Amino acid sequence: MEWYLPVIWAGVIGTAIAMYVILDGFDLGIGILFPFTRSESERDQMMRSIAPFWDGNETWLVLGGAGLLVAFPRAYAVIMPAFYLPVIVMLLALVFRGIAFEFRIVSRSKSKWNVAFVIGSTLAALAQGVILGGMIEGIPVRDGAYAGGSFHWATPFAIVCGVALIAGYALLGATWLVMKTEGPVAERARRQSKILLLAMLGFMAAVSLWTPLAEPRIAARWFSAPNIYFLWPVPVVTALTAFACWRWIEQRRDVPPFLAAIALFMLGYFGLVISNFPYLVPPSLTVWDTAAAPASQIFMLFGTLLLLPFVLGYVAFIYWLFRGKVREGESYH
Amino acid sequence: MEFDPVLLARLQFAFTIIFHIIFPSFTIGLSAYIATLGALWLRSGNERYQHLMRFWTKIFAVSFAMGVVSGIVLSYQFGTNWSRFSVATGNVLGPLLGYEVLAAFFLEATFLGVLLFGIDRVPPWLYVLSAAVVATGTAISAFWILSANSWMQTPAGYELKDGVAYPTDWLAVVFNPSFPYRFAHMLNAAYLTTGFVVLAVGARYVIAGRHIEDGRLMLRMAIALTAILAPLQLAIGDQHGLNTLAHQPIKIAAMEAHWDGSKPGDFHIFAWPDEQAGVNRFELSIPKGASLILTHQMNGLFPGLNSVPASERPPVKIVFFAFRIMLAIGLFMIAAALLGAFLWWRGSLFTTRWYLRAMAQCWWLGFVAVIAGWVVTESGRQPWIVQGIMRTADATSPVPGATIAGTLALFVLAYGVVFWFGITYINRLIAQGPQEPAATESGHFSRRPFSAAHR
Repeated sequence: MEWYLPVIWAGVIGTAIAMYVILDGFDLGIGILFPFTRSESERDQMMRSIAPFWDGNETWLVLGGAGLLVAFPRAYAVIMPAFYLPVIVMLLALVFRGIAFEFRIVSRSKSKWNVAFVIGSTLAALAQGVILGGMIEGIPVRDGAYAGGSFHWATPFAIVCGVALIAGYALLGATWLVMKTEGPVAERARRQSKILLLAMLGFMAAVSLWTPLAEPRIAARWFSAPNIYFLWPVPVVTALTAFACWRWIEQRRDVPPFLAAIALFMLGYFGLVISNFPYLVPPSLTVWDTAAAPASQIFMLFGTLLLLPFVLGYVAFIYWLFRGKVREGESYH
Repeated sequence: MEFDPVLLARLQFAFTIIFHIIFPSFTIGLSAYIATLGALWLRSGNERYQHLMRFWTKIFAVSFAMGVVSGIVLSYQFGTNWSRFSVATGNVLGPLLGYEVLAAFFLEATFLGVLLFGIDRVPPWLYVLSAAVVATGTAISAFWILSANSWMQTPAGYELKDGVAYPTDWLAVVFNPSFPYRFAHMLNAAYLTTGFVVLAVGARYVIAGRHIEDGRLMLRMAIALTAILAPLQLAIGDQHGLNTLAHQPIKIAAMEAHWDGSKPGDFHIFAWPDEQAGVNRFELSIPKGASLILTHQMNGLFPGLNSVPASERPPVKIVFFAFRIMLAIGLFMIAAALLGAFLWWRGSLFTTRWYLRAMAQCWWLGFVAVIAGWVVTESGRQPWIVQGIMRTADATSPVPGATIAGTLALFVLAYGVVFWFGITYINRLIAQGPQEPAATESGHFSRRPFSAAHR
């Protein structure tokens, strides 16, 4: 119990974060792509494609944060102070992009909330990428508490990860628009998807080379025997997925490019898990070091097994309810 | 320049949570009102209920968005500003917050999507059911967060090892001694807050002679609700006070500015507590009033502030005055609601213009009372963050004061902008008013409940 409970919880939180990255990823991506059209009715169409979903999508972020506190309070208590500034920038960015959905409708001039939506979405993606990069690089810990300064996270690598995530979310957003819209919005999204796919591949390659070079523990994880015999398919499958994504965009398919973009994200995510597990706070604290009391993990696991199927059920229901394409000029309230 | 990280962390949390609580106070009640309107629409087929439902849903959407985004901030602040608190209490409080997310947040967020965008895509019963689910979700959310807060006031079902709390009995944790009272008090407060907003909007329309039928309906519904809930709140508050006296007597002493526990307590209508000297200045009091309220006996005794050293006392002035603000608003609400019910019974509710004018200005009462009440209970717990387990000063993160000061300034700026526009937009929606149903003004509406859903 002492051994496997934290592993199960790492799986649960990993799943919540993956859900968040995919779901809020595409709707943050819409915000990142917002400046690349001049037509207000096209922006309405873009917004309409995500308006029924964004609130639920962002709830996965709350689950990630609360889940970390539930299952790994000691990790939560190190990670949050370590990324104090990026976390607060992310939260404030999400404030502005979240209210933009509703304020934009009521406001007489949409432009100021368009700006809030763009800056909020882009900054949130940047901050999340920076936090991810900072995690990979490691957090200084002394006596179980964060032992660095307010700007320890500010490294070139973390900034590159931030920009990478902006590109990645934009790819998810563009392929979502290919799937959910038609007309000029979908056409532009198709062109953007190809550029963003290349950008994302470039960043994935850069991070994949940079991390083993900079972090010996990551190099050892990937390139030592026998790991390398099991792990070599990861980059190969990634390359094949990217190739398939490109082909499907070329073939003007609607749904497959989005699914391929999700698969790319998951492969990258899987790669990061391989690089870092079982560290929750690299390079010192593992899932076992930071776990909550078994009684707490069991109590919440019970609730998760009971409630999560319902959550997934009605999340699926709402995506089904708002299936199909949003047409140009379709009202959004 | 030296920054005090504890003070700044407290200021930041106080600011962000006061901002946040404004919106749940409103949306918990408003979602229930929207669901009620929906149920009445389905039952009667009267389209007026449906268009009122859609009108309030627009206002709900703006308020709820502000509540959601300011709530996400809070779920991360436990870690950013209060990491040592998170380590000490995460085993106990973490799951309560986890249950809130899984049982409530997803429910609210998902079915809000149906409520806002689904009217053309779902049958009316499912549309109304979604409103009911959103309302239930907000109440479930209140259940869990108040359980967590109450545990910080009256911890139970745990054991301490090396300063870290470990759960021993989850039922005792969730249903800790102050939880039922606090939950009932807050939920009722949220419904009252919304009731007074609806009352004010209804009064505004009737005075202005616009949307008169809608305004009258709002007035009737709001008065029926508040005439029951406002007196009920006094009874709940009384019981809550007795519970606090049993578990946090020094908080009660601060609420009443009661210094000497060897004498019965007066109820101070006004006083200026002098925390250095341990006495009150400028007292205007009802002799033995506090004893009567708290012990239900004229000469009943309850502990005074002087029974503990100054370092163990909460900030008396803040607690004392915040309690008076809440109480005064509560009593005013009872009077206003009962007077409204009386006028309604006399048949002059819609023509008593001075009453309508006064009520039109009263939309803010509930919000201020809720904030004042939270200031009482949170400041009254000081110097503890978790009563008897952890002091607030020991709970902060290893983050420099200057960083907290900087982000506090950002929060004030950002929330100020959001709040200003949010209020402006809500006022604009209220000024626009409900869209009249297509039927005639004489009150004969379509009796077919499904006619509106598929247009």
